[in-house]
Amino acid sequence: MVRLFGPLVGLFFAVALFWSFGNGAYNAITQPTPATVEAEFHKHPKEISFSFDGPFGTFDRAQLQRGFKIYQEVCSNCHSLKQVAFRDLAALGYKEPEIKAIAKNWGNKAQTFDPKTGDRGERPNLPADHFPPVYYAGQGAPPDLSLITKARHGGGQYVYSLLTGYAEQAGYKNEKGEELLKKFPDAKTPDGLYFNPYFANLNLAMPAPLASDGQVTYSDGTTATVDQMARDVSAFLTWTAEPKLDKRKQTGWPVLGFLIFATVLAYLAKRNIWADKH
Amino acid sequence: MSFPWANEYKPVHPFMRYLDERLPLPRFVYNAVGGGYPVPRNLNYMWNFGVLAGVALVLQIVTGVVLAMHYAANAGVAFDSVEHIMRDVNWGWMLRYAHANGASMFFIVVYTHIFRGFFYSSYKAPREMIWLLGVVIFLLMMATAFMGYVLPWGQMSFWGAKVITGLFSAIPLIGTPLQQWLLGGFAPDNAALNRFFSLHFLLPFVILGVIVLHVWALHIPGSSNPTGVEVKQESDTVPFHPYYTAKDGFGLGLFLILYTILVFFAPNLLGHPDNYIPANPMSTPAHIVPEWYFWPFYAILRAFTSDFFFIPAKLMGVLAMFSAILVWFFLPWLDTGPVRSGHYRPLFRKFFYLLVIDVLVLGYCGGAPAAEPYVMISQIASMYYFLHFLVILPIVSSIETPQPLPFSITEAVLGKDEHAVLSATSPAVA
Amino acid sequence: MAEQASIASATVTGEGVRRRDFINIAAVSVAGVGGLAVLYPLISQMAPSADVLAESSTEIDISAIATGMAIKAMWRKQPVFVRNLTPEEIKSAEKVDVTSLRDPQTIEERTKAGKTNWLITMGVCTHLGCVPLGAGEGEVKGEFGGYFCPCHGSVYDTAARIRKGPAPKNLEVPPYEFSSDTVVKIG
Repeated sequence: MVRLFGPLVGLFFAVALFWSFGNGAYNAITQPTPATVEAEFHKHPKEISFSFDGPFGTFDRAQLQRGFKIYQEVCSNCHSLKQVAFRDLAALGYKEPEIKAIAKNWGNKAQTFDPKTGDRGERPNLPADHFPPVYYAGQGAPPDLSLITKARHGGGQYVYSLLTGYAEQAGYKNEKGEELLKKFPDAKTPDGLYFNPYFANLNLAMPAPLASDGQVTYSDGTTATVDQMARDVSAFLTWTAEPKLDKRKQTGWPVLGFLIFATVLAYLAKRNIWADKH
Repeated sequence: MSFPWANEYKPVHPFMRYLDERLPLPRFVYNAVGGGYPVPRNLNYMWNFGVLAGVALVLQIVTGVVLAMHYAANAGVAFDSVEHIMRDVNWGWMLRYAHANGASMFFIVVYTHIFRGFFYSSYKAPREMIWLLGVVIFLLMMATAFMGYVLPWGQMSFWGAKVITGLFSAIPLIGTPLQQWLLGGFAPDNAALNRFFSLHFLLPFVILGVIVLHVWALHIPGSSNPTGVEVKQESDTVPFHPYYTAKDGFGLGLFLILYTILVFFAPNLLGHPDNYIPANPMSTPAHIVPEWYFWPFYAILRAFTSDFFFIPAKLMGVLAMFSAILVWFFLPWLDTGPVRSGHYRPLFRKFFYLLVIDVLVLGYCGGAPAAEPYVMISQIASMYYFLHFLVILPIVSSIETPQPLPFSITEAVLGKDEHAVLSATSPAVA
Repeated sequence: MAEQASIASATVTGEGVRRRDFINIAAVSVAGVGGLAVLYPLISQMAPSADVLAESSTEIDISAIATGMAIKAMWRKQPVFVRNLTPEEIKSAEKVDVTSLRDPQTIEERTKAGKTNWLITMGVCTHLGCVPLGAGEGEVKGEFGGYFCPCHGSVYDTAARIRKGPAPKNLEVPPYEFSSDTVVKIG
């Protein structure tokens, strides 16, 4: 039975697949898929390196503090950071009184609700609070940034590339030297959006947030070039997405070392036990 | 149940003797995975993967039970509760990464175990029941893994749940009501998330039960071996313990090293960035794919792009995807060649390697966007997949001339077997 | 397992046996150490998480509590009784012979200097953790005018000291300080 029906079923699927293949091939020839502006002009993130790259890399706390300052002064106007709590800033090297002050002075206040009176109000943030949500009424939907570097291919490199990748669309050419607006005249960036080849569909509602050198004044004396600010905030957002990165790698090495040792021992024991059986 | 020369369990300590009379559990373990189970002496490292799969299941259950202490199966807070595990729970990040990558390790091990079975025809009589139970375990694993991936309630979780339950809507007449019944609604929401959590917790224990049956069935004929020649005499076997416990211990070390590298140094390598975006029913990710271990089957699902006579393409894809696994159930009766091991089946071996390449190609295409040339490649590869199992295997197994087999396992290992001389008049049969 | 392994290698004699045994025993021991190490995170994950530990202080506005009244506040997900004692209640607490108490403490030891009228205690009976009555309006205060635990009949006096019943200790005084005359910070 199986040997009779098996081949019939197999041939049935094979013929159905051949039919799909034939139709697909016919369509591919008669109506080739038109090239899309995203496929031709979207760019992969720039290859830049961070202190936390690789199996030995760790966060640079000074850089994270600078990045936090960028978030505080620039990004937090539109973007939430709701997975992160003020108390977590201790990992950046802030002391408890500093964290209390940052929480208390944070522009957006914590929302309160009195279940007895039904009154809603607000109070200053406490270290135990998460960063309060940011509501944005303008065009576009600024995503929460807590996990942004884990939610995008390229992580920190993507954020850096996006922040430094704004370009003038008129006359923009890709690596092949093709001019975007000549090849895709319909793809002109609509009013109110901004052209950025590192963004998935090339046009985003956010204008370049880091517009000029010195936009933020760093307290550690680092010169706040646009490139530096973009790097710092990308590092900071890698920390917000993966705050346990340092601990993870620090734990990983001893575990790996132990396992290699144990495996070598296990190998010797195995050889030992099998010695008279080969 | 076992060979006559199997060591007998002899408790030494008076307490163990007492226990042996009242509850002979130590005897049971001794006979199952101890000195009382004689195993062919020539097993290669491909035979490590059964034990490793068992270990992987235990790791998943342990990390999973612990994660369930912190996870909240509610559509409103599930995503945040996972982040709570990652940030605030002591060692929560490690436990979650261990569970997520543990699933991948489990599938790596089980796929190796299955392809070991393909190559050595481990499914052939008298071991069909072991094989059938193994396919059941694999189906349960797929269901468990799928529901587990829904729990973090990210974009891939949500759209994975929607697309996979959408498969059932391809069934004529009852399809749409069936999908709504599965989800407890019109789209994945709280009801679906809660039942997936419940089943995701339950199924691993069902898997554990089927594994007990799988091992039980294994102990009836005993383990197969790389020559495919059955055990004939005591010199063909060694006791499971200490020989194979030691060998499995070494294999386990290598397994854990790879696992550790993934968990501590590349925990998101096999995941998808979109699942770090909270579920949004209003927006589908640009490129939705399941986890890597489903890619070959996902490629088969997507390979059907045209209606076939009166059968819609969608239904064909669903039928083919399920058939791709169901066909394994019939394997013992599709491959009827007298010789088991691929080592002695030259033609079969060539097609086996072709199948390995074919499944890798399917896997690659399943992970790639649904665009050319991937769709056309996956159509060819799917075609080979079905032809391999349903047409090529039956033909090859009837026309192929196998190479001569060793007389016994002892001969295969030591080069000579004095029994072979004695029984030289009787032909060696596999 | 090591024992079995030694049997397996017993065919080899002399020094060989010892060295081989040593490797087998070492391998099994190292595996055991690894197994124990894995237990650590599995046990530790059940301890209070960072967010729970972070919410360890709470501020209470006491301006609205009239003399003789009490409120229940929440600290670490447990009730805290904040009671504004009347002079009579303070006097009756002072009159008690401290040495006769099960858990000897004066009311001065249980309140802050200059703020003796503010009795701030956990609302958790030291017997088995029920919430005693007496802080809410109209609740029974028990025969010593303090708190009364309905679960097993522990009775506390006006300084919330155990006077009768199974509870071993006085109601616990949490760590607190007056941020101002009207705000108390607990924890």
